[in-house]
Formats: sequence, C-alpha cells, structure tokens
Amino acid sequence: MSADPYEQLLTDTLDVTRQSLRVNRRRFIQMAGIAGTLTIGVRVVHAGEGQEGVASAAQLNAYIRIAPDDTITLVAKNPDMGQGTRTSLPMMLAEELDVDFQRVKIEQALANATLYGRQTAGGSTSTPSNWDLLRRAGATARYVLLSAAAQQWSVPREQLTTDNGVVLHAASNRRATYGSLAGFAARQTLPDDKALKLKDRKDWKLLGKPQPHIDNLAVVTGKPIYGIDQTLPGMLFAVYEKCPAFAGKPVSANFEEVKALPGVKDCFIIEGSTDFLAWARAGAQPGVAIVADSTWNAISARKRLKVQWDESQASKDSWSAARKQAYAMATQPATVTEPIKSSGNVDAALAGAAKKITSTYGFAHVSHAQLEPMNATAWVRDGKIELWAPTQAPDIGLPLVATALGIEPTAVTLNITRIGGGFGRRLANDYLVEAALIAKKIGVPVKLQWTREDDMAHDFYRAAGFHAFTGALTKEGRIAAWQDHVISFSLDGKNAVQAGSIGPNEQIGMLLPNYRATQSFLPARMPFGPWRAPGSNVAAFATQSFLHELAVAGKRDHVELLLEVLGEPRWLDPGKGNSLNTDRAAAVIRKAAELGGWGRKLPMGQGLGIAFYFSHQGHFANLAHVSVDAKKRLTIHRVVVVGDVGPVLNPSGAEQQCVGSVIDGVSAMLGQKITVENGRVLETNFHQYPLLRMDKAPKNIELHFIQSDYSPTGCGEPALPPLAPAITNAIFAATGHRIRTLPISEEGFSI
Amino acid sequence: MIRFEVNGKATAVEGVADDTPLLWVLRDTLGLPGTKYGCGVAQCGACTVHLNGAPTRSCQLPISALEGAKITTIEGLAGADGSLSAVQAAWMEIDVPQCGYCQAGQIMSATALLKQIPKPTDADIDTHMAGNICRCGTYPRIRKAIHSAAAKLAGGAA
Repeated sequence: MSADPYEQLLTDTLDVTRQSLRVNRRRFIQMAGIAGTLTIGVRVVHAGEGQEGVASAAQLNAYIRIAPDDTITLVAKNPDMGQGTRTSLPMMLAEELDVDFQRVKIEQALANATLYGRQTAGGSTSTPSNWDLLRRAGATARYVLLSAAAQQWSVPREQLTTDNGVVLHAASNRRATYGSLAGFAARQTLPDDKALKLKDRKDWKLLGKPQPHIDNLAVVTGKPIYGIDQTLPGMLFAVYEKCPAFAGKPVSANFEEVKALPGVKDCFIIEGSTDFLAWARAGAQPGVAIVADSTWNAISARKRLKVQWDESQASKDSWSAARKQAYAMATQPATVTEPIKSSGNVDAALAGAAKKITSTYGFAHVSHAQLEPMNATAWVRDGKIELWAPTQAPDIGLPLVATALGIEPTAVTLNITRIGGGFGRRLANDYLVEAALIAKKIGVPVKLQWTREDDMAHDFYRAAGFHAFTGALTKEGRIAAWQDHVISFSLDGKNAVQAGSIGPNEQIGMLLPNYRATQSFLPARMPFGPWRAPGSNVAAFATQSFLHELAVAGKRDHVELLLEVLGEPRWLDPGKGNSLNTDRAAAVIRKAAELGGWGRKLPMGQGLGIAFYFSHQGHFANLAHVSVDAKKRLTIHRVVVVGDVGPVLNPSGAEQQCVGSVIDGVSAMLGQKITVENGRVLETNFHQYPLLRMDKAPKNIELHFIQSDYSPTGCGEPALPPLAPAITNAIFAATGHRIRTLPISEEGFSI
Repeated sequence: MIRFEVNGKATAVEGVADDTPLLWVLRDTLGLPGTKYGCGVAQCGACTVHLNGAPTRSCQLPISALEGAKITTIEGLAGADGSLSAVQAAWMEIDVPQCGYCQAGQIMSATALLKQIPKPTDADIDTHMAGNICRCGTYPRIRKAIHSAAAKLAGGAA
C-alpha cells in the first residue's frame, strides 16, 4: 500500500491492467434472473468467501440488465466530471454485448465499494481499470444469450450470430431479440473465463468511432443533473463559514442575531477537524453553519455573521517567505540525506564535464477552480443518511461520512451526480462530510452550498515547488550527468505533500548514466491535493525546460537530444502500464516534429518549442509555434499534440480531453497563482484568478493519435504536462528568454 | 410581489427578499436550475439569461428590478414540442460539452450573439463569448458550433 491514496489509485489500476487481481479480493462475473430479466454483473468476492454460490441480484453490481420488453440498461459505474466515462464505460459493455448504443438506457451506479470495487474517477484510470472487466461482462451476457437461443432452437451455438440486440440463425432464418431470451439466458451456464473470447479490434462496431456524450441533451436543455441541482421536499439551504486562516477554529459567533435574520432557521458551530494532512481522509473542517429557507437568505445572513476565531493553532504560512527560503535552499545541499533516486556517479561526471549548467525553476500554488462550486445535499433520518453529491471519489467519501456520523457504511446511501468539473478537487470529500454533519443537526433535507470565495479559500491546492538543476555536458554535447534538487513543501517534515515530489517512473533523468534526484522540504500548514496530472504537470515544465537548456548549451538540436536520451527502443518495465516505453516515446516525438515542421526557419520574434512527457500511462509530445512582441505579449499560433494511449475508444471524447488539456495548460501557466500570506489565501474570485477565455484561447490545436496495439489508457491528463514546457521552449526560441517561473505572468508575459 | 415573464409564462414571485438575484429565484423558487451559479460576481457567465432579449448575468439582477421584464432561460430555448433551437442542436451535433456546467450560459450567450450578428466572424465570437468561462476548454467546439448554427439558420431563412 502506498501512503498516498492517489498513488494507490494508480497502482490498483496496474493490478487490473495486468489481470493479477489482488489476492484478498477477487472479482467474478455472475448473473441473476429475476422476473425474466437477465442481470449480468461482477461480484466482488472477499477473502474467505468461495467463488461458488449463486449471487442474488442485490449482490450483483449489475452492469447489464436485459428486460423481456427489450429494455437494455447499462450501468455507468464511475462518476463523470466531463471526462466522458458515462459514455465510454458503457461503450465497452455495449461493444461486446452487441447492442445499439443509441437505444440502451444508461444508469448511474450508486456508490458501493462492496459491489463495484473502486469507483474513483482520477488518475486517468477509468479506462484502463475497467477495460477488461466491462468487456468481459458484455461478452458474458452475449454468451448466455447465445446459449439460450442454441438450446431453444437445438442448433450449435457456433452457427449463431448477433446483430444489435438480436440473435440470428442464418441457416433457418430464425431470429430472437435479447429481451425474448433474457429469462432463459439467466438459467444458462456461465462461460469459463478463459474460454470467453473478446472481439478483435478490427471487428469493433462501436469502439473507435466518435460517440457524443450521453448527457448532451440534458446539458443543452438545462436538466437538473448536477449536484447543485438536487432538490428534496422541504429542503433547506446551508452555507458554511470557515476560518480564513487554515486550521483556525470558531470559538463563538453572534448566533442569536443571525438566527433572527430573514429566512434563517439555525446557526451553529461544527467542531470538525483541522486534520488536512491526509487530503483523502480530510473531513469537515471547523466552521459555522447557517441554515436558511433559500440559498440567498443563507448567503445574505452570512454577511452579518461575526465569528470569533481561535487562530492559536492556525496556519501562518507565507508564500513570499517560503519562496525566498526556497531560492536560498537551491544553492545549498539537499536537507534530506537519502536521495529520491540515484544512479551512476554524478559527482565524478560533474567534475569531469566539459560544460556545467545550473538553473532553478519554480511554480506557484494553484487552485482547481472547477466551475461548479462545492455542494452536497444530505438527508439524515432513522439513523441513516442519503446524500447526493458531485464527488470524484464516492468510495472514499462514503466511509468518511459514516465515520463522521458514527454509523455503519451500510447506513449511508450516496448518489453520484454529474460533476461540474473535477480536476482532482473532488477526490477530497470534505464538503460531503460538512453537509452530513449539518443535515444531522437540522434533521431535514439540506443542501450545502459553497460560494466561489469559499472554493478559492478552502481548496486542496496544487503545491508550489522548485527544482534546482545541475547538468553536465560532454564536449560533443551529450548529457553526462543530471542532478535535480527538488524543493517541495512538507506538512510533517518527513514527506513531501501530495504531488510535491517527482513521479518515480516519469523522470527523463533516469535514462541517463549519471542521475541524482534529492530533496529538501519547506514547512507548510495548508491543504494540498491532486490537481490534473498531479506532480507531472509541474515536473514536466521544469525537466523538459532544463533539457532544452542543455540542448541549447550543447548546441544540439532539441529533438535529436531528446531522442538520444531515450536511447534504444525498450519498455523499461515490460508489461507495466506506468512504465515508460522509449519506442512509443520516440514515435510521438518524431510525429510531433514532423507535423509541426520542426527545424524550419521562422521570422524574427517567432519560435517553435517541443516537449515530451510520459504520465498516467500516456506518451505525449506537444509542439508549439508562438510569437512574442516587444511587450512580452504572446501569440500561440499553433499547438500540435501527438499521443499514444493505445486504441482510442471514443475519438470525440479523447479529442475533447486532449484539446481541453492544452487550453487548461495554457490557462494555468499564464496567470494562475494562489498567494498565501498569514495562513490565508489572498485571491478571492475569478477577477484575481484568471481562467483562460475564448478570445485568448489558442485557436489552432491539432491532435494526432498513434493508435498502437497496447491496452487502451486514459486521456484526462497525460496531454497536459508537456504543454507548458512546449510553450516556454518556444518562447525561448522566439526571444532568447528562458522562463523559469510559473505562472509566466511572474516574468512579465501575457497573452 | 414581482410580476414578470419567464420563458413566455406569466410568473409572480412573492416572499423573497428584494435584493435576491434572479439566479437564485430561478434556481430555488421557480424550479429552473438550468441557470448555473459559478462565481456570483458576473465574472464567469454561467448564470447568463436573456433579459428582454439581451444576454445578462442573472447573479447581478435583483428580483425587485424585474417588474414587467421578459426573461428567457436555458429551459425556454427549445420549442413546446421539445424541438431544439439551432444553437442547442449545433451543440449536440458538434458534441460540445465536457463537464457541461458552463454550457447553459455559453448557449444563452451564443443565442444572443446570433440574433445580433447572424453570421459572426471569429473576432465577433471572441468578443461576444469572452464573458463565459469554460474551465474544461471547450472553446474550439463552441466556436465550431456557433458557425454551424449560423449556417443552419441562414439556410433556413433562404
């Protein structure tokens, strides 16, 4: 087990990818038949339980239900925050089942770790972790439907085919719909897992073809599908005020005055916990709740709320002081004696180098700023709770709610709503626990609504950090040594905060003969959490910029040097999805260079930049063409994105994710920065925390996939990390100015 | 009591504070949650509705100022038979939404833009859509969908 739940999520995915299921929990495809409906699901069998035993429909997670009236229901098991899993996961089922995707019903699963296993949407894992499981569930259903038809018609099953929900016997011209066979199919023998044949990629009818998102109609007509849209009979509305300084606690407030305000039903303190060290386990932070008969009355009452805070244990963090300290540390040896990674003899290589380059990169804290502010709706009655919440991690949130209320997890029903943007923020479930505690106190249904200002002040931020590099070059311009002193924040003085350190499998330096990564810690007392492509999104900026610096210093072509560092085509840890494959890496780099016209002469003030990064099981190269004017104003003429995530399952969704990653990447690098002083965040809303708008967004983003035969992986994250260094490398090519700070507004650049 | 029109329907609102923004009246009182709360300070455009035909941030519109006003929300764009407007249809055709949260506001702004400029240039789109933030980065598809809707509307008129 990894200490960090995000890392654990990534590791679990690999287990499933390799089909080496964890020994203490195994999954079996099972079925049940009730009232003529065929139900196919995957039953998670826990250690000690046998595989045998007929599953009841309640025990099955029921990925597929085929009713006698031919209503076919496919279950979307993971939350959808815009990454498209409510479309792509059912597509996997439908492909193997062979049904018309336009006619199936898609139903959102409840949060239920016992039935569904992991339901967390994060780390671009939804695709790889469900790929085998859901195709097998679909193929199993089709298998028993064929068995049923074969038996009814007394023909060999080999003579049967299927077509969009119908079993066909060509020789006798017989046909039967899945619905008509469902009841009988449920009494057939399940296929042996090894005998179950999955379709060849060339036979796909649905996968590999663009499918629009199944929720589009609901979105464009304004249907109530998001967490924030939930309403219940007699529901009240809550807001929640926390101390502006992290980990401050309320002592008292003008409760009586607030309770007398229009529409206010109650006002009270929630003790909560100031423990946000483990972001995934963080519950309600201490604060004051106001419950009213409308959102506006709650918000209005809050303007009159006066809380006396105890800040004795509160954060005193200062970004300006930490930044200063970091640049001082950059010139000193690392404070942690044990290196993160070390190979060869860096000191000897540095001593014997023809050229030595040192350079320090830094990046600021950022907020997630997903557009739907945190909210959750909860109803506590009869010792149980039901919640409706836009969470990325329902399987983490559900037990947190149970613990906070002192009830069993089985007494918690958690409905997974559509999510108005996640980006990692909703892997933490603090707002669910807050809503649960307020609902417990108030006893009627209640919707907790954070304001945008709450959201910006109490995020689980992407941690700032610094890389102090020393690189050595031979006189031929080869990289002889690479030293990376990572300076990151630490809450406990022992470990870097979430994504504060560097990903062990994605560092370009590990391909070099002499490589050393060391670390030093800056103290911090504030919440940190995963932000789209955690760790990678900033490590890529630092390392891929420094690689370009070395190329320039060694008078080498950047692409040529990149390919030289990758070396021979090989999969570093064969079979492991999270392991770099230099063959795939070289292919995406070459393709990006080719499509982007690498090496051509450009007019003064223009430049091309390239960067490669491997993260979240995806190999991506981005190439940018920019121009910069005398006032450091940037124009992004073109961004070329080349990726290899194996076969692309839904090209429309994949394009959205990759193009979105580019725009998100530009947005973040341009001017986003969270400034903490005296333990509190200074930015309050979008006027101080700019998100990229239509007029500034790059208009020309070209995406190319190399659709290799490796197992398919996700697109939510890996296109983002190489974006920032591709742009800053292009800025260097255009101007000779090396950007070493994110956001680039810190160095005077803008769009 | 404030009397106004919402999506062609005479509507009366009583018992809410005068300063309640239209956004929260729509969402909490009138059961029309398609209009979204994003920032509350007219920065993100998620709450865009049409006020007498003009795109307006409903988070900044106090209910007391709306006597006699005509409001259109995302729920009022489709025909009574459920037929989608040209902009909604284009959004479906181009598969614009990712998380979809901002799209009601985007669609309201785009609808207003096409009423004012039936055949907008890219520069027109930049100007008229810059008030609507999309955190997922659907801008290229929004642009494409606006051009597509414009072409369909022009074709229909010819």
